[in-house]
Amino acid sequence: MGRYAARRLLQMIPIFIGTTLLIFLMVHILPGDPVRAIYGDKAPDPAQIAQIKREYGFDKPVLEQYVHYMWNLLQGDFGKNLAGRPVVDLMSEAFPVTLRLTLLAITIEIIIGVGLGAWAGLRAGKAADTGVLVFTLTVISIPVFVLGFIARFIFADELGWLPPNVQDSTDFSQLFLPAFVLAMLSMAYVARLTRTTFAENLRADYMRTALAKGLPRRRIIGVHLLRNSLIPVVTFVGTDVGGFIGGAVITEGIFNIQGVGNLLYRAIQTSEGSTVTGVVTVLVLVILLINLLIDLLYAVLDPRIRYA
Amino acid sequence: MPDVTKAQTTDAATVDAVAPPAVDTPAKESGKKSDKPRSLWGDAWYDLRHRPMFWISSVLLVLLLVIAAFPGWFTSVDPRDGDLVHHYLGKPQLGHFFQPDWFGYDQQGRSIYSRVIHGTRASILVGVGVTALVTLLGGLLGMLAGYFGGWIDSLISRIVDIFFGLPFLLGTMVVLNAFTERKVYVVILALACLGWTSIARVTRSSVITAKQADYVTAARALGAGTTRILFRHVMPNAIAPTIVVATIALGGYISAEATLSFLGLGLSDPTISWGIDISEGSKVIRDNPHTLLFPAGMLSLTVFAFIMLGDAVRDALDPKLR
Amino acid sequence: MTTIEETRNVPEPRGAAGGDVPLLEVRDLHVEFHTRDGVAKAVNGVNYTVSSGETLAVLGESGSGKSVTAQAIMGILDMPPGRIPKGQILYRGEDMLTMSNDARRKIRGSKIAMIFQDALSALNPVLSVGYQLGEMFRVHQGLSKKDAKAKAIELMDRVKIPAAKERVGDYPHQFSGGMRQRIMIAMALALEPDLIIADEPTTALDVTVQAQVMDLLADLQREYNMGLILITHDLGVVADVADKIAVMYAGRIVETAPVHELYKRPAHPYTKGLLESIPRLDQKGQDLYAIKGLPPNLTRIPSGCAFNPRCPKAQDICRTDVPSLHPVTERDGGGLVGRGSACHFWKETIHG
Repeated sequence: MGRYAARRLLQMIPIFIGTTLLIFLMVHILPGDPVRAIYGDKAPDPAQIAQIKREYGFDKPVLEQYVHYMWNLLQGDFGKNLAGRPVVDLMSEAFPVTLRLTLLAITIEIIIGVGLGAWAGLRAGKAADTGVLVFTLTVISIPVFVLGFIARFIFADELGWLPPNVQDSTDFSQLFLPAFVLAMLSMAYVARLTRTTFAENLRADYMRTALAKGLPRRRIIGVHLLRNSLIPVVTFVGTDVGGFIGGAVITEGIFNIQGVGNLLYRAIQTSEGSTVTGVVTVLVLVILLINLLIDLLYAVLDPRIRYA
Repeated sequence: MPDVTKAQTTDAATVDAVAPPAVDTPAKESGKKSDKPRSLWGDAWYDLRHRPMFWISSVLLVLLLVIAAFPGWFTSVDPRDGDLVHHYLGKPQLGHFFQPDWFGYDQQGRSIYSRVIHGTRASILVGVGVTALVTLLGGLLGMLAGYFGGWIDSLISRIVDIFFGLPFLLGTMVVLNAFTERKVYVVILALACLGWTSIARVTRSSVITAKQADYVTAARALGAGTTRILFRHVMPNAIAPTIVVATIALGGYISAEATLSFLGLGLSDPTISWGIDISEGSKVIRDNPHTLLFPAGMLSLTVFAFIMLGDAVRDALDPKLR
Repeated sequence: MTTIEETRNVPEPRGAAGGDVPLLEVRDLHVEFHTRDGVAKAVNGVNYTVSSGETLAVLGESGSGKSVTAQAIMGILDMPPGRIPKGQILYRGEDMLTMSNDARRKIRGSKIAMIFQDALSALNPVLSVGYQLGEMFRVHQGLSKKDAKAKAIELMDRVKIPAAKERVGDYPHQFSGGMRQRIMIAMALALEPDLIIADEPTTALDVTVQAQVMDLLADLQREYNMGLILITHDLGVVADVADKIAVMYAGRIVETAPVHELYKRPAHPYTKGLLESIPRLDQKGQDLYAIKGLPPNLTRIPSGCAFNPRCPKAQDICRTDVPSLHPVTERDGGGLVGRGSACHFWKETIHG
C-alpha cells in the first residue's frame, strides 16, 4: 500500500505539470490583455504598459514564464495580482471559507443522497422509487444558479428563515443554505448511484446467502448490502470534487460568500492571470490528492483490490 | 388445500428483489412469442417502448426542436423589441395563451414569452453541437486508445488525465473570457474542447472490453483486417455506453451554457439565451419572480427532457440493471 | 391433484427422530413467476419428505424446478416475481408458509441451512470469512464478537481448513474454490441444523476436489444425523451419498426411487434417457445417447405429460392426460417400496 501510494504520487507529477501548463497557456495565450484591462476604456501610455509587462514578465516567451512561475511556486511564491497583493494572501483568506462550505455540502450530499438512494433502491420499481427518480431528475435538470436563486428567494427573502448573504462563514447556520444548494446536484447523483447499486446488489448471491443465514433484515441491509454498495458511492464523491469547485463559483456568487469561487470569478473577469493560475494550481493539487485518497480508501473498502 | 396467498409475505418478500431464482430462472429460457433471442438493440427498443419516461421526453424534445427550428410559428413578437413605457416589468397573464404578455415582460419591456421561444434555438444548438463534437473527438480518441493500447493508449490517456484534472466549468470560463463577442459556435467550441474527456474514458473502457470478446478473436483468426474488426465488430458492441453518456451529457451542456451565460461568460447579446435572461431576471426577483421563473422553467424543462431520454436509453441498453 | 404420497411407504431411515412426523414435508407445492413473457410455472405440485439422517437427492436439468423448490423451502424465493399459489411446506409438522416472518427467520440458518453452488459469489466479498461465520453465532445465539470468532475458527477446523486461526481474517477471494465451498459448508453447519439443503454443492469445483467436498458433507451429515436435500444434475454424485432420489422435469417429480433401484431399473423414459446419456467405458467408440429436444418453455408447458415432445414412447394419451405419480410394482404386482413413476407407460418402461 505504501509503495503504491508513492508510485501514485510520482505519477501525479506529470499530470500536475500538464494541467497547470494547460491553464497557464489558456490564461496567457488566449486574447484578452490584463494590463489593458486595468485601464478600462482609457487609452494607456504605451511606455507604461511595456513597463508593467516587463515587471510581470509578460514580455518573455510563455514557456519561460511558466517555468519561472513554477520555480517560484515551489518556493511558495504565487506572485502578486495586478493590484500588488500577494496571491497567497488572497488564497489564505478564501480557501478556509470554501473548505467549510464544501465540507458541509459533502456531508449533506452523502447523508441525504445515500439515504434517498437506499430508500428507493430497496423499493425498486415501486412508487417510492419512481418518486425519488423523478425528484432526482428534476434536481439535475434545474441548473445550480436557478436553484440557488429560488432557494434564496423562498427561504431568505420570503420566509426569512435564513440570511440571504453569508456574513460570517464560520457560522454554520448561515452557511447551511448555500451548502445545501451546492450539494443538491451531487446529492441527486449520489441518490441515483446508491439506488442503482442497492438495487443491483440486492440481487447478488451473497444477499441470498445472508437471507438464508436467517439474519434480520436490518443486518442484511445495514451490513451486507451497505458495505458493498458504498464502494462506488465513495468513488463518485471523490471524483466529484471538481464539480463542487464549479458549483462554488455560482453558489458563492449568489450568496455573496468571499470564498475561492468568488475570488476566481472576479479574477477571470478581470483577466487576473496570476490569481487564476495560482488558485487553479492549488485546486488541481487538491483534486489529485483527493483522487489518490479515494483510491487508497477503495482498497480499505474492497479487499479484492490489491495494490502491488 | 389451504389458501396460502397470504403466506407469501415471508422475509423473501420483504427484502424484495433479493436474488432471482438462480439456476432455474424460468425467465431466462423463455423467449418472446417467437422464441427467437432478442438482440441488444431489439431488446432495448422493446424496453424503451414500454417506458412512459421515454415517450414523455420524446414528445417534449420534438416540441422543443420544432420551437428551435421555427420560433415564428409560436410568436410573432420580436424578442428584442422593448416597450419601456407600456410594458416595463408587466405581470404575466396566465390566461393569455401564446399571447406576448402570457409570461409578462422584463425590465426592458420585452415579451418574456417571445424571448423564451426565441432562446430555445441557442440552447438546443449548443447542446447538440457540443455533444456531436465531443462524441466525435472523445469517441475517436477513446476508440484509438482502447483498441491499439500501448503508447497510443498511454499518450491519449495522459492527455485525458490532464484535461480531466481541470474543473470543467472553470476551464470554459477562462477560455470564454478571452472572447469579447461570444457567438454560439464559440461557446460550442469552448465547451467541447474541455468536455470530451469523459466520453473518451467511457469509450476507451468499453472498446477494451469489446476487443477482448471471443467473437473479435474469432474474426481476427479468420483474417479480418484491423479496420474491419474495428468498425464491424468492436464499434457496434462498444458504442452503447458512449451513446448513453452522450445523451445524458447533452442536457448537462445546455445547463452549462446557461450557467456560463448567467455568469456573463457565455453567449452574449444579441444572441438570445435563457441564461442571460435568468441573470437579468435574478436582479428583480423579489418583486417580479416571473422574470426569472419562465426562462428558468423552460431551461429546466429542456434539460429534463434530454436527461430523461438519456436515462431511459441507459436503462434499456443496460440489461444488468433490469 | 391426485399425486400419491410415494415416500409414505419408505421405512424409517437410520436414526429417525420425531416419530410419525417427518422432519420436512413438501405438499403439493406450486411456484410460478410472473415475467414479461407470461407466467412461468416453475414448480407444479411437488411432494417429498425428508427425515433426519436421510439424504434425498433431487435430480433434474436446469429449469426443472429443483432449485426453486429448495428456495421455496428456505423462504428465499424472490417474491415478486415469484408466487406460491398452492402448497404446504411442513417443518416438523408445522406449515412454514403460514408462519410469521420472524418465526420463519429463526428457522433459517439455525434449523434449516443451505449450501449454495458458487461459493465465491455466495459469500460476501467485502467481509472476512471469520466475520461471516461468526455472524451466525452473534445473530442466533447472541455471542460476543470475540466468542463468535473463536467459534468461527473451530468451525473452520471442523471442515478441515488448514491454519484456520491464521486464515480467519481472510476474505473469500483469498481461498481456493474447494476451501471456499468448505467455508460455505461450515456456515451451513454452524448451528448444527436439522436439515441442510445443498444446491449443486460441487458443480463449480474441480473433479478432484468434488469428491473431497462431497465426502466431507456426507461425514458431517452422519455425525450430526441431519437430513440432507442434495440438488444436482450429476448422476455420479448422487449414487454414493443419496438414500433416495426424486427426478424432476418441468416442475414435477416424474420418478422417485431408492437410489440403487433407480439406477438398475428406471421406470420413467426421462430417467432412462438420463442414465443412458452417461458416458460409459464399455461403450467406447459408440455414439453417446442424448435426449433429443430441449427442456420445455415454462411459460408454455406442453399439455399432457410435459416430457411428451421428447419422449421416444409418446402415445396420444401422453399429449392429453397429465400422468400422476403411479406406485411402481413388480411385474407380478408385488410392492416396490418408495417407488413411483409419473408415466402412463411405466410398466413398459421398467419391465421392458
